[in-house]
Amino acid sequence: MGVKTILPFGPQHPVLPEPIQLRITLEDENIGQVLPALGYVHRGIEKAGEKNDYPLNVYLVERVCGICSATHGLAYCMAVEKLLAVEPPLRANYLRVVWTELHRLHSHLLWLGLLADAFGFESLFMQIWRIREMVMDALEKTAGNRVIISVNTIGGVRRDLTEEQIEETLRTLAECEKQLNAILPVILEDYTVRKRTVGKGVLTADQALRLGAVGPVLRASGVAQDLRMTGYAAYGELGFEPIVETAGDCYARAVVRARECFQTIDLVRRALQNLPEGDILTKPRGNPNGRAIVRVEAPRGELLYFVAGNGTKNLERMRVRTPTLANVPTLLEMLPGAEFADVPVITLSIDPCISCTER
Amino acid sequence: MKLIDKARMKSPWVLHYNSGSCNGCDIEIFSCLTPMYDLERFGIVNVGNPKHADVLLVTGPVTHRGARVLRNLYEQMPSPKAVVAVGTCACSGGVFSECYNCLGGVDKVIPVDVYIPGCAAKPEAIIEGVLMAVERMSEHTPLRRGK
Repeated sequence: MGVKTILPFGPQHPVLPEPIQLRITLEDENIGQVLPALGYVHRGIEKAGEKNDYPLNVYLVERVCGICSATHGLAYCMAVEKLLAVEPPLRANYLRVVWTELHRLHSHLLWLGLLADAFGFESLFMQIWRIREMVMDALEKTAGNRVIISVNTIGGVRRDLTEEQIEETLRTLAECEKQLNAILPVILEDYTVRKRTVGKGVLTADQALRLGAVGPVLRASGVAQDLRMTGYAAYGELGFEPIVETAGDCYARAVVRARECFQTIDLVRRALQNLPEGDILTKPRGNPNGRAIVRVEAPRGELLYFVAGNGTKNLERMRVRTPTLANVPTLLEMLPGAEFADVPVITLSIDPCISCTER
Repeated sequence: MKLIDKARMKSPWVLHYNSGSCNGCDIEIFSCLTPMYDLERFGIVNVGNPKHADVLLVTGPVTHRGARVLRNLYEQMPSPKAVVAVGTCACSGGVFSECYNCLGGVDKVIPVDVYIPGCAAKPEAIIEGVLMAVERMSEHTPLRRGK
C-alpha cells in the first residue's frame, strides 16, 4: 500500500487552456479516484438567451464556444427556422457546410497540436499549428474573421462566396492536404506518439454507450454514430460515411480526428465544387412559437439545442447540451488505474471544451 | 535603465488565464506562440507557473468562481508585473455583460495595464498589447505608442 495523496489538477494548468479542476487521489503514481469540479466558466448564457430578441441570440450562442462557434450558430438557427417554418435556400445550406467543416478542420488540427504539446512533442505541435494557420486564413478570407466568423443567420447565411474566393479556398485546401499528408506519418507511426497514446485510457464500446459518450470518443470505441448521417443542411446531398476506429484508446481517438481532417477537406471541396446558384437568405417572418429540438454534429460530438418560443420576440427557454458534458463521465472511468503522467494526455483525448460544457 | 530592467524587456514570460472566455481569444493567444506569429522572437515564452511570469494575459468576462483564482494568480506573480486584458469581454464584459454570473471585465478584480479589444482579439493585436505591457512595466511611464 502506497501513500495516498490528493492532487488538484487545475483550474489553472499549462496543458488546459481552460479552467477545470480534477481532484485526483493518488496512490503512489497510480490514480485512484477522480472528482471533477466545474463552474469556473459558467456565464449564464441560457438565461441571457431569454432576455435578448431571438435574432440577436445568434451572436450570443456563437460565443458559447469560440472553437466550434459556427456549429453553435448553425444549430440555433436551425432550431428557430424549424419554429418559423423557414426553409433556407439550397446555396445557403451548402455554404453552411463549407464554414462548419472549415471550423471542424481547424478544431481538429488545434486538438492534434495540443495533444502533441501534452506529451512534450513541441515541434509536432508547432508544425500542426502552422498548417492550421492556412485554415484560419481561409476562414478570414471567406468570412472576414478568424475565429468567430458569425456567418449563420436565421433563414440562411450572411455572406456569399465569389468565384475567386472559391478558387482560392480550394487552392488553400489542396496545399493544406499536401502538408497534412507529409506530417501524418509522424502522428500515426512515431515511436514517441505511440508510446504515449497506445493503450492509454481505454474505453470499450459498451462503456462508451453506457456513459453516453459522443463524437470522436464514441467513434474511436467502434460505434458508428455521427449526426451528419442524418443529412441536415447539405450533408444529405453530399453523402457522408462516419469514420470509425475500434481500439478505444487515446491513439484511436487521435486517428479518428486525423482521418476526419481529410474527410472534412473532402466535404468542403465537394460542397464548393457543387455549390448551387441562387439566393443565400430566406427572410424569416413572425415570432417563434412552440418547441423545437435540433441535433447537429459539432467537432466534439453531438450538440443539442432546445428552443421554446411563445409567440413574442423573446424566447421562453433556450437549452444547450454540449458534447463535452456528455464526454466528461468517460474521463472518470478512464483515469482511475492510469499513471499520473498520463493524466494530461487522457484528459485531452476527449477534447474537453469547458466553455461549451458550462456555458 | 538598470540591467535587470533591460533583461526583462528582452524576455518577458507570459502566464495565460481563462476567466470565463469562450476560448476564441485563448486559441488566438496560442496562435501567437506558434510559427506564423512566433512571439518567441521577442523572447516571450508561455509559462504555467505564476511565480515565473511577468505578464498576465487574461481572457473572458470574469465569472464569480474564476475571480478568486484570478486574484490568486495575480498575487503570486512577482513585481514588477503587468496585466493584459485580451478581448472585448475581458475589457468590458462584451456580449456577456448581461449574464448573471459575470462581473464584467478584468479590471473589476485586478488592475489592468493594457486593454486589447476584438472578438476574438487578433494575434497581431495581442502581440502589440504584450509589447506595450512590457514597455510600461519596464519604464513605469504612461504608454507611448509609435516610437
